[in-house]
Amino acid sequence: MADEFDAGIAREWVRVIAVRVSEQATYLGELDGAIGDGDHGGNLDRGFAAAVGKLDRTTDSAREVLTATGGALISAVGGASGPLYGTYFRKLARALPEHGGASAAELGAALQVGVDGVRALGGAAEGDKTMVDALVPAAAAFAETATDGLPAAAVAAAEAARRGADATVPLRARKGRASYLGERSEGHLDPGAASSALVLAALAEVVGG
Amino acid sequence: MASPVGIVLISHSRALAEGAAEVATAMGLGEVAVRPAGGDDDGRLGTSLALLERAVDEAQTGAGVVLIADVGSSVLLARTYVADLPEDALGPVLLADAPLVEGAVAAASASATGADVETVAAAAADAYAHRKL
Repeated sequence: MADEFDAGIAREWVRVIAVRVSEQATYLGELDGAIGDGDHGGNLDRGFAAAVGKLDRTTDSAREVLTATGGALISAVGGASGPLYGTYFRKLARALPEHGGASAAELGAALQVGVDGVRALGGAAEGDKTMVDALVPAAAAFAETATDGLPAAAVAAAEAARRGADATVPLRARKGRASYLGERSEGHLDPGAASSALVLAALAEVVGG
Repeated sequence: MASPVGIVLISHSRALAEGAAEVATAMGLGEVAVRPAGGDDDGRLGTSLALLERAVDEAQTGAGVVLIADVGSSVLLARTYVADLPEDALGPVLLADAPLVEGAVAAASASATGADVETVAAAAADAYAHRKL
């Protein structure tokens, strides 16, 4: 059980995301193959593997760890998920304290800054059938439960992200390749929302909720 | 005349970026640096920050560079790159809201007249208004 989101936990978060994304890469690719270009799983697998390779093992700053993660994702992923997840991690990192770790409340606020960055970059709103549909409720749930401590907040965020991802199934896509499909994009789980749920589930796993 | 504004074309396809750059270079009368940034690092379909950075470095003379992207992650990568541009960059870099081929032709034509970077970006965006029929 962790009370503080410190550099060690930030590194472990990135490592566990990489493992879970690698395990689910084929599944994410299949989700993307239904409405996108099918590369989401492979792209994210490559991106988080690169992020693990770029982990700063010496710093005691969670902010520095996740800033490097964001940069690695932008550099390594030749698809939309690189700039989007890269921006997510870099923006949330910059909202963390400059040194050391972060309290649950500080991490909750940072998760919100991260998703705001994603929205500003991609122009997606809630309901557009994107990763935003998982990241927005996750940040809100985390912030609402932050007073219960880091593990409880991370679990609430993971559950909210999963529900948000599942709720993308009936939606019609309004961003990305899937938006060209019109009503044929309905009835499919959005791969970006699905991978965002994995990211938040990894956080819950790491902080011991 | 100062060096003309450079142009960088970002596409998922190396061939598409190079082909569009070939056309735009001709429209710039060979005086405008038009550089392709297409495909991923291995030449497959995708986008690459490293290729984009190299292309901008080659196109930048100090007068500025206009970026034109095709779709999806090309646009997201370009927006991320512009947002991260350091304060001490050699010159401005603007992302034009423009179609790739038509925007590149318009931008190169404008740049060859000695237009500044904002004017070149606006010329690229105006390409949306040029109907073909």
